[in-house]
Amino acid sequence: MSILKLTDICKDYQQGKQTVRVLKNINLTVEQGEYLAIMGPSGSGKTTLMNIIGCLDVPTSGTYELNGKNLQNSSDNALADIRNKYIGFVFQSFHLMPKLDAVDNVALPLLYAGVSLKERRARAVEALNAVGLGERIHFRPNQLSGGQCQRVAIARAMVTKPTLLLADEPTGALDTKAGNQIMDIFRSLSDGGMTIIMITHEPAIAACADKTYHILDGELLVKGGDEPNEKA
Amino acid sequence: MFENIRLAFQGVWSHKLRSMLTMLGIIIGIAAIITIVSTIKGTNEQIKQNLIGAGNNVVAVQLNQSGYPYDLSWNQVPAGVRPISDDTRKNLEDIDGAQKVTIYHSRNYSENVFYQNSQFNGSMYGVDEQYFATYGYQIRTGRGFTASDYEHFRKVAIVDANTVSGLFTGTNPVGQAIEIQGEVFTVIGVVAMSQEFTPTINSMSDYWMYSGSSAGSIFIPDPVWPTAYRFDEPQNVAIKVENTDVMTTVGKSAADLLTQRQIVGDSSDFDYRSQDMLEQAQQLQKMSQATNTQLVWIASISLLVGGIGVMNIMLVSVTERTAEIGLKKAIGAKKRRILLQFLTEAAVLTSLGGIIGVATGIGMAELISRMMEIPVAISLPAIGISVAFSTLIGVVFGLLPATQAANLNPIQALRRD
Repeated sequence: MSILKLTDICKDYQQGKQTVRVLKNINLTVEQGEYLAIMGPSGSGKTTLMNIIGCLDVPTSGTYELNGKNLQNSSDNALADIRNKYIGFVFQSFHLMPKLDAVDNVALPLLYAGVSLKERRARAVEALNAVGLGERIHFRPNQLSGGQCQRVAIARAMVTKPTLLLADEPTGALDTKAGNQIMDIFRSLSDGGMTIIMITHEPAIAACADKTYHILDGELLVKGGDEPNEKA
Repeated sequence: MFENIRLAFQGVWSHKLRSMLTMLGIIIGIAAIITIVSTIKGTNEQIKQNLIGAGNNVVAVQLNQSGYPYDLSWNQVPAGVRPISDDTRKNLEDIDGAQKVTIYHSRNYSENVFYQNSQFNGSMYGVDEQYFATYGYQIRTGRGFTASDYEHFRKVAIVDANTVSGLFTGTNPVGQAIEIQGEVFTVIGVVAMSQEFTPTINSMSDYWMYSGSSAGSIFIPDPVWPTAYRFDEPQNVAIKVENTDVMTTVGKSAADLLTQRQIVGDSSDFDYRSQDMLEQAQQLQKMSQATNTQLVWIASISLLVGGIGVMNIMLVSVTERTAEIGLKKAIGAKKRRILLQFLTEAAVLTSLGGIIGVATGIGMAELISRMMEIPVAISLPAIGISVAFSTLIGVVFGLLPATQAANLNPIQALRRD
């Protein structure tokens, strides 16, 4: 069964009196364990697509299915629950809470899931160990390097054991070495069976994925690792 | 919830200066209210203590004309008021809560009372045998009135401590002769209240209220009252009651009984009224309360302004923390949780302001009491209400910013800059 299925997704934005169609009939199916990248220049609609995949935004038309469940007409609260349970987010600028230490940052999504304090801590420490930050669980974001911050963010995304990891320019704010470390972590997560969707504009980063889609002017084109320029 | 409160405290602590400035309006408002309320309460307690302490649980019932005490110093003896009979005295003693009853004549302004060449300006009383026991006077020097003084119409007098220090300039008055309306009386003793009571005098109005008694009193047995004054003068009644709570009710029943029994003929503008110290105290308290209630209202405006300040800062805070709110929503925080977070923050901020305000208010009240010698009493309910109210201000004025935060669109909030 596919984890994610987008059918004829369109998204319109109102720009003054004009309606702009940002996404045009997107069809995308993602299977369990797939590791794919979505590439596109800025203004291509890739962030809008990511927002829709991440249930942060709702499409104007088309159907969205996650784990075989159609999420059309879900309430804000229901979408919040879905994001909490099934989707892990990694952002370009990390978005860590500056006042909280690493372990509290990682434990945050579990708070919203209603997990007890003791279990939250234990699972957060476990997730930090998995990204190699077991020694720095009480460091605050300003005491960590960019790469380390992004690893904390990955631990936060993984701590709820989501079905889908959604990364938006995960290496955008990092140097090459730190970026490579993040890609190594993604690779090992993928090898462990995690489904990953990564949005980037860097070909070198996209190359780390098993499959690359291109988005251009709101249309999606597929390019697999060894099947170049195949139309979806 | 506990987590929210902890985070809110962290937030307040990490922006110390801003939080302090935000709380300032609340602090000033609450401090002003606590100061005013403490001063009112202090003054009220003092009024009560002065008046009730002075009365020793005694309620006086006096003849009134058209609502004012009838003073024989400058009035005729009224035709339609009868002397009080022994039966009526018994009925007064039987009133529930009454302990002792005394019936007496009095003049607030004595005329023609002399010791040697000095004139006496205090009050004159023609008293029965129960008078001193009822009011709680004790003999300090000499002796009291005996049954034979009453039987033989002896012209004897007893004076109080103020008369000793005033009229007799401190010398022992026992055995001295005084002249009352041309009649010579011999002083046989000095009395004082068994419970020593000194009213606290803070203002001119307090001074006038207590100055009457400070000129002193002279007591003579009631059988000889007409030799100095007039026959068939109407009497007054004083009743000692069990406790302050029944003062008002005993006073009213006694007044009703006397009005019904003593007033005859068409003297309908006469009646007996109780002069209840507790009621007087309450009236005075009401007066001071009325002025101060207005002050409390004015102080409340400061709270309103403070609340608006909190709302303003919370709105700024929501804008500043857009990214944080966006992330929290992205990782699964529901609207209600974000709303609660900001409401808690506002409530913690204003409660803290309330607590600091209460502390400042108590300090101010103490300072005022020391500098201006006004008594203060800290009111615990006022403190509780103040803190609760400041929390409420936080919730009310936090509602708009919190709603704004809760309704933030996570996409906008997370937009890369």
